[in-house]
Amino acid sequence: MTSVGSGTLRVRVLFFATYADRVGRETEDFILPAPATVGDVVRRVRAVLPGGERIPERPLAAVNRVHARLDAAVADGDEVALLPPLAGG
Amino acid sequence: MLHLTRQPIDVGRLLAAVAGSERGGTACFIGTVRDHQDGRSVVRLEYSAYEPMAEQECAAIVAEAVARWPVRVALEHRLGELAIGDAAVVVIASSAHRAPAFEACRYVIEEAKRRVPVWKKEHFADGVIEWVDPTRPASAAAAPAQVRGA
Repeated sequence: MTSVGSGTLRVRVLFFATYADRVGRETEDFILPAPATVGDVVRRVRAVLPGGERIPERPLAAVNRVHARLDAAVADGDEVALLPPLAGG
Repeated sequence: MLHLTRQPIDVGRLLAAVAGSERGGTACFIGTVRDHQDGRSVVRLEYSAYEPMAEQECAAIVAEAVARWPVRVALEHRLGELAIGDAAVVVIASSAHRAPAFEACRYVIEEAKRRVPVWKKEHFADGVIEWVDPTRPASAAAAPAQVRGA
């Protein structure tokens, strides 16, 4: 991803399983005002993506492949994954 | 891929991987595809994952078990389309004695269920296809994934 100007940050959001079905894609980039949290990313997804309102307000999430709380900060270039309820095993 | 596979899980190979002449106790958990869910007939399951994170999370769980008990641990999860009776996940823990083997095996499967980003689609006999949501009240309740700071 190309870098963005100061005062903003770009994150790549990944969608899986039922969330990918709901928004009709597996990935989407977003530019947000800095600083931003995972919760801010979720709010943006819900507000602007068609079908985004079908993602829960408080989904499980990961930042750069590590489970993250909604109040965790995101940085420019981060990969934010929104995870439907896990169903392994 | 270390912990994820698209091939049938080879339990014998995993057993051999954790075996050792000083290991007198080996515990094994095999999760297999069930033919029913909430009273409905299931014909097959389709597993998918956030693969890089799933690999990382599996490795972390195994490392935690090895740090906590004197065990050697194998953990493998299968992805793709599985038939009834196929093994979806296998955990094997071996130690000098049975107690740490059982405890580590239990720890690894419980943590894997809570933390590894894997999802499954159920194909029902009536043609309906649905993503499994273990948090749905009709299904067996499952604890939410453990959340760590980012």
